[in-house]
Amino acid sequence: MLRDITLGQYFPGSSPVHKLDPRLKIIATLLFIIELFIVDNFIGFLIAAIALGAVIALSKVPLSYILRGLKPILLILAFTFALNMFMVDGRILWQWKFLKITQEGLELAVFMAIRLILLIMGSSMLTLCTRPIALTDGIERLLSPFKRFGLPAHDIAMMMTIALRFIPTLLEEADKIMKAQQARGADFETGNLMQRAKSLIPILVPLFVSAFRIAQDLAMAMEARCYRGGENRTRMNEMKFKKSDYVAVTLLAVFGAVIIIQSKVF
Amino acid sequence: MSIQVKNLKHIYEKGMPTESVALEGVSFEVEDGELLGIIGHTGSGKSTLLQHLNGLLKPDEGTIVIGGVDITAPGVSMVEIRKRIGLVFQYPEYQLFEETVAKDVAFGPRNLGLADSEIEERVREALELVGLDYEDMKDRSPFELSGGQKRRVAIAGVIAMRPEVLILDEPTAGLDPKAHKDVLKMIEDVHGKTGNITVLVSHNMADIANLSDKVLVIDSGRVVTMGTPEEVFSKRDELSSVGLDLPPITCLTEALRERGFKIRETILSVEDAADEIAEYLKAGGKAEC
Repeated sequence: MLRDITLGQYFPGSSPVHKLDPRLKIIATLLFIIELFIVDNFIGFLIAAIALGAVIALSKVPLSYILRGLKPILLILAFTFALNMFMVDGRILWQWKFLKITQEGLELAVFMAIRLILLIMGSSMLTLCTRPIALTDGIERLLSPFKRFGLPAHDIAMMMTIALRFIPTLLEEADKIMKAQQARGADFETGNLMQRAKSLIPILVPLFVSAFRIAQDLAMAMEARCYRGGENRTRMNEMKFKKSDYVAVTLLAVFGAVIIIQSKVF
Repeated sequence: MSIQVKNLKHIYEKGMPTESVALEGVSFEVEDGELLGIIGHTGSGKSTLLQHLNGLLKPDEGTIVIGGVDITAPGVSMVEIRKRIGLVFQYPEYQLFEETVAKDVAFGPRNLGLADSEIEERVREALELVGLDYEDMKDRSPFELSGGQKRRVAIAGVIAMRPEVLILDEPTAGLDPKAHKDVLKMIEDVHGKTGNITVLVSHNMADIANLSDKVLVIDSGRVVTMGTPEEVFSKRDELSSVGLDLPPITCLTEALRERGFKIRETILSVEDAADEIAEYLKAGGKAEC
């Protein structure tokens, strides 16, 4: 069950997408997200889906793995779909008592659903194809111009690195504790909402205790290695734009141009 | 009560690039009242094997029959299995969560749906079995105890379910020498008093050699060898090829034998070694140094 969470997970590989400069990937993802919100017709989504499809094909991450990441948001997806479908006024297609489905509502519902799906898939591609460390390094570099205005770019990046690093650790820990409590006869799957919420206590209490213990160990280990923030720190892998990065920039520009043109034409 | 494991196979993350075979072709048997020791270095598949024994993991192939019930068959009641097979994980103290020791130990029995009076009796019995004083401990918070005490409370939490098979995954890991000794003594006591099957995983060869009736050696998810401690620890080369050593005392007596001491082969306890050496020296034996 816990293994299904793919958001924020890294999928090891050595594809061209994996090897791109993280800064570029972050910017590309941001542009992709902005694009999804600017687009006001299905053709725009089609272009975005084709671009995303190309990236997925190139990255060699199995589609089934990416789709599995959609599972946790299925509920939100269904909820927005239903809300849009029933709440928008317009030409009535079907009616039952106070419930009615309109042409416009249905269109909007599909539209929103596609937007959400593309949004999740697009942003999960970033973390699937970028090592967490590379990702936060990229963020740090992108934020570093704002240091001048007092933004602690390094600290933010370090916090994100640690947070990302802790996701698999805590999942593993939760898995272990769940198994241990199951071995003592705990039941997490049956019962009503109250009982189920209560059955989480035997997991959450030890999980919090563990989280504090791990955090303390990590803080100690960092201090023991003389960590004291970002000042004058150098890095082992300097980020440099390679030829493939310039190719990607060009493709990104083409993608942007196509989007702008299509929004003018249609 | 007996355990028969046949041709067990387990694959982690099937269908992913990170897929790995954790167990393959694992078969062995444990008879009633036996204490089985399992050894193998880190990542050999020991913990995976243990989790199969109480149904937390399902095998991809093979069967596990415990007391005549095939626990890998579909539709088997997991609650029933866990009632009969108690599993103590590595570092079990991390699963403690209740406000008091008594409540925490009662968690397992309560999940079995027992009456309050029965639960209290079991908690008392389990705590005494692990060598803790019930009256003194019951109202204390499990988080304020020492490492060794926490470990005992956690083990008591499983014992209180009165399992017919007790499985312990490295129960002495990370304990100081005294707590280590205490916990081992406790396991021996519990095994002696209940007369049930006990399965013990450890990296400490001396503990395994002294406690087990049978030893199972696994490496890269396969059974390397199985037999009595004497049989297993006489295969020195085979053990070292999978990264395992002899118990320290056996290393010593084997080294003495190489130096010409005419003493018995594969001596597993310090007492036996002392007796053998004394006897040899008394008989006028000398080393060819």
